[in-house]
Amino acid sequence: MKPEELLYAKTHEWAAIEDVDGQKIATIGISAFAVEQLTDLVYMDLPQVGQQVTAGDSFGEIESVKAVSDLYSPVTGEITEVNASLPDKLEVFSDDPYGQGWIMKVRISDESSLSDLADFAAYQKQCAEEG
Amino acid sequence: MTDTLAKTPLHDWHHRHQGKLVDFAGWAMPIHYGSISDEHVATRQNVTLFDVSHMGRISFEGPDAADLLNHILTRNVLKLRPNQVRYSVVTNESGGILDDVLVYHWLNSAASPRYSLVVNASNRDKIVQWIEEHRGSFDAKLIDHTSQTAMIAVQGPKAIQTVNQLDASIPFADWKYYTGQPVSFCGLDCFISRTGYTGEDGLELTVPAESALGIWEQLIEAGQASQIQAAGLGARDTLRLEAAMPLYGHELDEATNPIQADLGFAINWDHEFIGKAALESAANAALDRQRIGLMLDGKRVPREGYSIVDASGQPLGTVTSGTFAPTLQKSIAMGYVVPSVAAVGTELFVDIRGRHEAARVVKLPFYNRNSFSKGS
Repeated sequence: MKPEELLYAKTHEWAAIEDVDGQKIATIGISAFAVEQLTDLVYMDLPQVGQQVTAGDSFGEIESVKAVSDLYSPVTGEITEVNASLPDKLEVFSDDPYGQGWIMKVRISDESSLSDLADFAAYQKQCAEEG
Repeated sequence: MTDTLAKTPLHDWHHRHQGKLVDFAGWAMPIHYGSISDEHVATRQNVTLFDVSHMGRISFEGPDAADLLNHILTRNVLKLRPNQVRYSVVTNESGGILDDVLVYHWLNSAASPRYSLVVNASNRDKIVQWIEEHRGSFDAKLIDHTSQTAMIAVQGPKAIQTVNQLDASIPFADWKYYTGQPVSFCGLDCFISRTGYTGEDGLELTVPAESALGIWEQLIEAGQASQIQAAGLGARDTLRLEAAMPLYGHELDEATNPIQADLGFAINWDHEFIGKAALESAANAALDRQRIGLMLDGKRVPREGYSIVDASGQPLGTVTSGTFAPTLQKSIAMGYVVPSVAAVGTELFVDIRGRHEAARVVKLPFYNRNSFSKGS
């Protein structure tokens, strides 16, 4: 996936939104900027397929040598798929954050929160301010 | 990053080399230059440079310098041989730990004995004030060299060969571990000791502030063949934790005494010092808690402040430092527990954000460079 085409939460998760059979499915991961800030990832918890997530709420955690960080869902809906092999190869977060580093897919049940997500240009601006 | 933080003479170098600068005890210090794990592993396998200029460097002159230090320190400095360096504790009247320090005994050019302390950056003002308050009639002068000097720790199995490339005239390889002395190094008046806070061999160089950048850059150049890299306070923390060295503000504070902290080795009972009576009582009474090491089965990381519990969830103590140890590839922690569960092998749990993760008490240190097989 191209980072230019994604939407971003203020908490540095990305979402790629596709129409599949009339339903909106979001693929979710964390941005390259977030991975660089976290550094030295050692552990993550994957959520369960079938679990409901709410935009802005924590759906899991990721640990680095230095600290633990919550992962927040950029969308509201039901988890339809998780990247099960991810916890055993955390290096893909650095190598391919917008591809193999995807975390989960969510069938969006409420589209109203999508307008809170930033496009690439706005997100880049946010990163420049934080970095 | 505010401009009110103190900057070391190497600050601009860190900034130019992607050092992530954070506020540490009022100093702008690099936490890492990209990866804590890489810097950690480079220290264990090759050689790294740490800017530790934030540490307080204080020397003592005058006929009563030794007596004054003996009044302040748990170590009997009169027993230090020239050039010897020892770990010591500074305690208050109740035996609580005010700081943990290195004390250096050396000879100046006039061959008169001198002593220095290296104290924690966070405690420097407190310790200087404490010593001034307790100077009484001792004829001794305290000189704080911190801002006139920089301190560079060169750590790792290739540290000595790297430093010797700058100046081959000093036989560092013949120096015993935990010794140090003033030397002319690259034509500069420096103080060098074979010490460190990483669990590896290495040297710590105290150099004039204005020469620090030149020395640092020459070391980087000399270490190219050894894959030298700069390392930040993040790796310093994971390295010292694997080596089970306590860190002030985490394992040590004024509510903790050296007996609880398992630092009895740093107390010499054959001299009088502030806190001795309280420590004698503590040494003769049953401990209420003691410092231990934990190794976890899983990869979730126990962090400072997390509860150590038994199988039924009853609290038994608290984690003071924890990390995922890059050399061991295990989650480890130090903390304090009640003595009944402090024995090596005891199965415990750490409450990691609501989930009780299995852990067992292990012998400290977690990592010992003389017994760790690097091939494993």
